[in-house]
Amino acid sequence: MSEAYFPVGPGLGPEENFLSLDDILMSQEKLPGRAESSLPRLAFALGQGAAGGSGDSIPEGSKLEIPMWLAKGLHDSKRRIISVELPKIYKEAWRTVFSADANVVDLHKMGPYYYSFGSQLLNFDNPENPEIAQTILQTFISRFRRIMDSSQNAYNEDTSMLVARLDELERALFRAGQKGLNDFQCWEKGQASQITVSSLVQNYGKRKFTDMDS
Amino acid sequence: MAGERAVGLVRELQRAAGGHLPPFRAEELRQALEEMRALYERNQADVSEAKAGRTDLIFLIRFRHCCLLRNQRCIVAYLYDRLLRIRALRWEYGSILPNAIQFHMSAEEVEWFNRYKKSLATYMRSVGGEEGLDLTQDIKPPKSLYIEVRCLKDYGEFEIEDGTTVLLKKNSQHFLPRWKCEQLIRQGVLEHILS
Repeated sequence: MSEAYFPVGPGLGPEENFLSLDDILMSQEKLPGRAESSLPRLAFALGQGAAGGSGDSIPEGSKLEIPMWLAKGLHDSKRRIISVELPKIYKEAWRTVFSADANVVDLHKMGPYYYSFGSQLLNFDNPENPEIAQTILQTFISRFRRIMDSSQNAYNEDTSMLVARLDELERALFRAGQKGLNDFQCWEKGQASQITVSSLVQNYGKRKFTDMDS
Repeated sequence: MAGERAVGLVRELQRAAGGHLPPFRAEELRQALEEMRALYERNQADVSEAKAGRTDLIFLIRFRHCCLLRNQRCIVAYLYDRLLRIRALRWEYGSILPNAIQFHMSAEEVEWFNRYKKSLATYMRSVGGEEGLDLTQDIKPPKSLYIEVRCLKDYGEFEIEDGTTVLLKKNSQHFLPRWKCEQLIRQGVLEHILS
């Protein structure tokens, strides 16, 4: 049955979607960075209280962990105040792993927003950008085949094993494939015209109420 | 770290899958707004200091500004996504919501829901000739006028178009006009039985 709730989808490529919950949580992921000059009164705000010992300022060259949204907001190609480094999964060593066999990597564990976070990284003028973009694309291509295959063929099976290692984008694709498969099976069995309980109502029922009679 | 509260709201909403509406977090929202006000005030103070010559503060001001924008984005997205969920409720439940759901809505959201209901009703009256057209009917193309239904819970008396009433008792089966019972099926009171 058609679902009436359509959440705001995440943006694709370098642009984030302002209202997308997915994109907000993605940009909450942390990035390693470095202070290029000393930053007064910032230590407490960044949660690094008394790290350098010089009151409330962050000394030059100290390492920072900042979320993506902050890195994007503070990034300035003219004046480099904070420089951003690559998270290890996008670095050379991991890129080799991806090019060897992308299917073995647990992308959910490696940061559930591998693709969108990687695309966001391209906003910082890193010299390795072309390689990162290429690796992300190749990873998607080599993993997509398996995702599509399993989502179209696992009918009435426990899919939690299949989904466990997928990144959020891949999970959305997997769900779309599963929905298509289920709807098609429904139609083949002649149940497509059956009016069913709204899935929202069903969800609420499972939680706690509507069961006044039980 | 600034912005944690607002992100917490977004995270909770994201975890409630399938369009489920979690309770409205008025207190957290107030705290996030309070945090924004504090950030703004501190920035104002530092701006005047920076104007007086302390240019090394500019970065700090920019940092707080980023936090303000971030909080704003989280809060707007939170409220907007809730409205999308509430709008979906109108289509799935019909115009009257169960109390437990209304409990999860803020006063403004209830008001919004009522206005949305009104707009939708006005629109449905304006299309399809004299009587209007109920857009929430026949979401799947109907094959017959009457359908076989089974009652899943005690609902009480139910009047059908020719004036007779049927008693919808748990586990009883009826042959009813489709358009009359579609909404009850969607609400989980009746079950559609295919022959």
